[in-house]
Amino acid sequence: MTDLTSLTIAEARDQLANKTIKASELTDAYLAAIEQDNSNFNAFVAVSAEKAREMAANSDTRIAKGEPGALEGIPLGIKDLYATEGVHTQACSHILDGFKPRYESTVTANLWADGAVMLGKLNMDEFAMGSSNETSYYGPVTNPWRAGGDKSSAALVPGGSSGGSAAAVSAHLCAGATASDTGGSIRQPAAFTGTVGIKPTYGRCSRWGMVAFASSLDQAGPITRDVRDAAIMLKSMASPDEKDTTCIDLPVPDYEAAIGGSIKGMKIGIPKEYRIDGMPEEIEALWQQGIDWLRDAGAEIVDISLPHTKYALPAYYIVAPAEASSNLARYDGVKYGLRVDGEDIADMYMNTRAEGFGDEVQRRVMVGTYVLSAGYYDAYYLRAQKVRTLIKQDFETSFNDGIDMILTPATPSAAFAIGDEEMAADPVKMFLNDVFTVTVNMAGLPGIAVPAGLTGNGLPLGLQLIGRPFGEEALFQTAGVIEQAAGHFNPKKWW
Amino acid sequence: MSVDIDTVKRVANLARIKVGDAKASEMQGKLNGILGFVEQLNEVDIKGVEPMTSVVDFAMKKRVDEITDGDKAEDIVANAPVTDDHFFMVPKVIE
Repeated sequence: MTDLTSLTIAEARDQLANKTIKASELTDAYLAAIEQDNSNFNAFVAVSAEKAREMAANSDTRIAKGEPGALEGIPLGIKDLYATEGVHTQACSHILDGFKPRYESTVTANLWADGAVMLGKLNMDEFAMGSSNETSYYGPVTNPWRAGGDKSSAALVPGGSSGGSAAAVSAHLCAGATASDTGGSIRQPAAFTGTVGIKPTYGRCSRWGMVAFASSLDQAGPITRDVRDAAIMLKSMASPDEKDTTCIDLPVPDYEAAIGGSIKGMKIGIPKEYRIDGMPEEIEALWQQGIDWLRDAGAEIVDISLPHTKYALPAYYIVAPAEASSNLARYDGVKYGLRVDGEDIADMYMNTRAEGFGDEVQRRVMVGTYVLSAGYYDAYYLRAQKVRTLIKQDFETSFNDGIDMILTPATPSAAFAIGDEEMAADPVKMFLNDVFTVTVNMAGLPGIAVPAGLTGNGLPLGLQLIGRPFGEEALFQTAGVIEQAAGHFNPKKWW
Repeated sequence: MSVDIDTVKRVANLARIKVGDAKASEMQGKLNGILGFVEQLNEVDIKGVEPMTSVVDFAMKKRVDEITDGDKAEDIVANAPVTDDHFFMVPKVIE
C-alpha cells in the first residue's frame, strides 16, 4: 500500500470516490504522522484526534451513500486564528489562554460543510504578527527543509505568520491547511517551504470568526502541496457571508477548471521596482526563469512600472499596527482568556496585557496607539492611507493598460535560520521579508506564491503572480504553467 | 520624528500595557527604529490624494435592521475568567 499521507488532495479525493481508500484510514494515517513527527516541527499546537475520527467516519458514511462533498474525507490543518467550536483557538497568544469558542468561523464551517476533516490547530506568529513564526507563544516552528537536506545543518524558520500551516503541509502532516495573509503571511511561508499559497482578493473569503489583526488587510487563503489543491481548497473556503459586510456577494467560480488552459496572448507585467538593491543573484535568476517559462507558453512579457512600490512597506507599518491596536483593545482580561489581577481595574488591564502579549505584539500595539494619538494622526495614519491610494492606483494603471497579471519573486531570500540575531535585534530587517508581498495586501489584490526552484544549497524559492481584483482563475491558470515547468519540490526526509 | 522615554510611557498607558523602566528603554530603541523606517513616506507627494477608505470597488452591503441572533448569554460568558449569573465580573470600579 502506498503511503496515504503522500497523496495530494486531488489524488485522495479520487481514491476516496472510487473507494480504493477509506476516509477513516486516511485520517488515521495523518494522525499517526502527527503523533510520530510533529515534535520535529512544532507545527500543530493542538490535535483534535477524536473529532477527526468522528468526522472521517461521517465522511465514510456519506461516501457510501453516494453523497460526498467537494472535500469529503480530506484531513486539514487549521491555523490557530480560525475560531473552531470547542477547540483550541488562541492565535498562538498567551492572552487567549484556554479560549474555546462557542462558534465556528465561516471559512472553517464552509470546509466542514464540504466534508473536510479537522486534524487540529496550527502554530503561527502571535496574532499573525511576524514573518518567521518565532513570535508564537508556543515556540518556533521548524522548516522541514534544511540546507543540503542535512539534519546537522541549521534549523530554519518556515516563514510566517502561517509557519505551522506551511511546515505541516510540506512535511505531510496534513493534506492541506488554512492560512491567512495580512502582509505576506500565506505567500512568504509557502515560498520558504516549497508549497503553494494563495491570498485571494480582499473580500473573497469571509473574515467572520477569524481573530482580527488588521481588518482592511486580513484575508483567508489555503496553503497546499500544488496548484490544483489550492484551487480545490479556495473554492470551498470562499463564499459570500451575511456576517461580514466586507465579504463580497459574488459567486465562487470553479477554480480547478481554470488549470490547464492556455495562457497564449496573456500580458504579464514585470515591474522594474521589484529589482531591489542587494537582491541575491539566485532570486534574480529565478525571476528570469519564470519570465522565460511564461514567454515559452505564449504569454507576452511587458515591462511595467509601479512607482510607489517602495512606500508600501512603510505605509503598511502604520496602517497595520493602527488597526491592530484597535482590534487588540478587546483583550482586557474580562471577556476571555488570561487575567492578571491588579490594584484596580486599570491595573488589572495593564498587568494582563503586559503578561499576555509578547514583545512583537506589544511593539505593534504601541506603534499603532502612537500613530493614532492626538496630534500624530494626520502626519502618520492619514498620510499612510493616502500613500495606499497611490499604491493601488499604480496597479490600476497597469491593468487599465491591458496587463493581465504581474510576475515577481515571492521573497527576497530563501528561509533563514531560527534565532537570526540581526533580525531579532532590528524589527525592520524582519519586515523586509514582506517587501514583495505587502503591496498586494495594500491594494486588496489576489496573489499566489508557487515554488519555482531551489537555491544552490537546496532550499526552495517561489515566484509570485499578482492578479486583477477577483482574477483568481487566471492566477491558478498561470501558476499551473509555472508549476508544470518547474516541477514539484519535496524536502529530503531528515526526520 | 522619534519618541523619548516619557512618550513611550505615555503611549504604553494609552495602550494599557504596563511597562517598567527597563522595558520602556528597550522599547524606545525599537519603536524609534520603526518610526525612522516609516519616515520615508514624507518623500511622497500626497497633494490632492484621497485617503483610502475601501480597498475594493464595491458598495458595502446593507441589511435590514432587525434582530437575527440572540439568547446566547451562556455562550458569551463561557470563556470569561470570572463570571456570576451571566455577568462579567471585574474589580470594583465605584467606591
